[in-house]
Amino acid sequence: MAVNFIYPDYEVARNYDRCIGCRVCERQCANEVHEYLADSNKMVCDDAKCVNCHRCVTLCPTRALKIIKSGNTYKENVNWSGKTINELYRQAESGGVLLSSMGNPENYPVYFDKILLNASQVTNPSIDPLREPMETKVSLGAKPRNIERDESGRILNNLPPQLSLSMPVMFSAMSYGSISYNAHESLARASEALGILYNTGEGGLHEDFYRYGENTIVQVASGRFGVHPGYLNSGSAIEIKMGQGAKPGIGGHLPGAKIVDDVSRTRMIPEGCDAISPAPHHDIYSIEDLRQLVYSLKEATNYKKPVIVKIAAVHNVAVIASGIARSGADIIAIDGFRGGTGAAPTRIRDHVGIPIELALAATDKRLRDEGIRDYVSIVVGGSIRSSADIVKAVALGADCVYIATAALLALGCHLCRSCHAGRCNWGIATQVPELVKRLNPEIGYKRLVNLLTAWQHEIKEMMGGMGINSIESLKGNRLMLRGVDLNEKELEILGIKHAGE
Amino acid sequence: MNISARNLDFKELNEQIKAVGEDVCINNCYGQRFIGTGLKGRTLTINGTPGNALGAYLDGAVIEVNGSVQDAVGDTMNNGKIIIHGNAGDALGYAMRGGGIFIRGDAGYRTGIHMKEYKDKKPAIIIGGKVGSFLGEYLAGGLIVVLGIGSEDVPVGNFTGTGMHGGRIFIRTDKEPTGLPSQVTAGLASDEDLREITPYIHEFADYFSMDAELLTKDRFYVLKPNGKNPYKQLYTAN
Repeated sequence: MAVNFIYPDYEVARNYDRCIGCRVCERQCANEVHEYLADSNKMVCDDAKCVNCHRCVTLCPTRALKIIKSGNTYKENVNWSGKTINELYRQAESGGVLLSSMGNPENYPVYFDKILLNASQVTNPSIDPLREPMETKVSLGAKPRNIERDESGRILNNLPPQLSLSMPVMFSAMSYGSISYNAHESLARASEALGILYNTGEGGLHEDFYRYGENTIVQVASGRFGVHPGYLNSGSAIEIKMGQGAKPGIGGHLPGAKIVDDVSRTRMIPEGCDAISPAPHHDIYSIEDLRQLVYSLKEATNYKKPVIVKIAAVHNVAVIASGIARSGADIIAIDGFRGGTGAAPTRIRDHVGIPIELALAATDKRLRDEGIRDYVSIVVGGSIRSSADIVKAVALGADCVYIATAALLALGCHLCRSCHAGRCNWGIATQVPELVKRLNPEIGYKRLVNLLTAWQHEIKEMMGGMGINSIESLKGNRLMLRGVDLNEKELEILGIKHAGE
Repeated sequence: MNISARNLDFKELNEQIKAVGEDVCINNCYGQRFIGTGLKGRTLTINGTPGNALGAYLDGAVIEVNGSVQDAVGDTMNNGKIIIHGNAGDALGYAMRGGGIFIRGDAGYRTGIHMKEYKDKKPAIIIGGKVGSFLGEYLAGGLIVVLGIGSEDVPVGNFTGTGMHGGRIFIRTDKEPTGLPSQVTAGLASDEDLREITPYIHEFADYFSMDAELLTKDRFYVLKPNGKNPYKQLYTAN
């Protein structure tokens, strides 16, 4: 038998003084880490199977369990870290491309953490949101390029279709297939309750969720799964997915093993057949071609729905966005390199793309310089972690943000980054019925509502502090931002001054 | 009802087509795009040359063109028929899921990419002449038949069926297609294979007044995928 070189990253530490042998951990772990030995009346575990998802830790009634980082170490080497060595062993063993989940966890700068917000002192009074009205509502879509009047001088309504949101947040694309029915239901119901939108991803739309259409963005990606006229007309907007922050430039492969029952039905492909989304749309090789898809979707929906074009933040993002703004798209969504995924090759996830803060600032500036900023709204995602990130993103020029990892955390995700295994113990990234039912959508949607209600209040507090009572007045207001620990070039791209200036 | 497309921009033309709830005959068509997008349950007859994205998301309507068509015809088509008495451009029937496309002449590059089938929906593209490269890439379901009428050589270009993981491609030729990617196996079509396409060839022959018997008696090669999970062995969990 081949020797397995890899020692587990984590150890399951069980306090036997506290363990009552109730076997909850054993029943809760889909990875089969825990086992009860009847002979010795003892719980044992296999650390190698543990993904560190904390399901057992959370549900242990006596808090007998915790997961600790393994103390086992290779000889210390800054160049060859333990992680690097293990990845190499994995590939030498399997010959496979390394596959990971969720966003890039590596040590790159987080620019949001190097940007600080302003507040009013003395010369400009701050506003108390508990006392005065504060507007967080946003409208997404192309804005009219000129005022048109009828013969008698009355202003004509020439407003292109808009998405109206109670706050500048939407749930970004996660397909039914990558996440569970109950996760989708939680997102859909929360969107309805909050007055925002969620996004189907490229997995079609389950018939049960057509009733949340007003709060739904339907996605069209290169595989065109589940796309038909009824689907296109069921949502409030259509998103063309050109790219994703976690895996710019590559497509998606949902393995046939995950194409079961309902997932097969919503994607409209047979069970067991791989769902392959090619890297490019093979009918889009240019902005002209993109324009053609934008307009065919508009024709299919009678120009009633805004069309979003989603791209990954890559080197020439601002120029690409300029092309998209001229393609007839109403909204551009940009996904930064920290964006999450249900599965992506590790090397792509961790090494391709650029930070969303820089991509956003560059794009907003470029579109303003070209005088076409009003042609489109900008939505940014790729690790928006808090209300502060949202305020900073809006001040850098975003109209709205997309969140997904944050939403999954609210639903119970513990960021174990094992979505690709399909055995999510929290019932989120799985299609196994016994696991899916662990996520109660009744509780899930309330947690999402709680999170965003709290964020909305925090946004108001931060705006109030700056003396701003409408999110529209914050948009692109870079005077409200200062950088710390940033060099001249970074400040220039972000379009902000250094703290102290 | 007759509509003259002369001097109409695509939006005006398509508004008129949508406003009429009946069969329409479009005359003087000259490059207007997006005709028949998502259309159900009626017949459009087009005299002239429609522009790109004819019959995108088509959902049951019949479109017959007396002339040639341009790119992206039948994009993501769900149901219905598109009959072309001429040639077709690139990216024909991209990701189509149902219905049939019949081209009397040739088709361009990237024909039938990522077609797929689901339950009773089984799309078919029948090409009378020859096609360009990249035919049936990522094919996940459905039928593509290239009849190669008038063609001495194998009537397909390079890279046929790359990434194919479902469906069938039939090529009417005496020579075995070569240079195929590893996901594809090619062989002479058996009688059983041919039974699958015979009704489509008869339908094709009816539309274009040809003799179906003459077409079906010739040699066909059939391309099939090796498996439906082409990426199965590619990854290792990290």
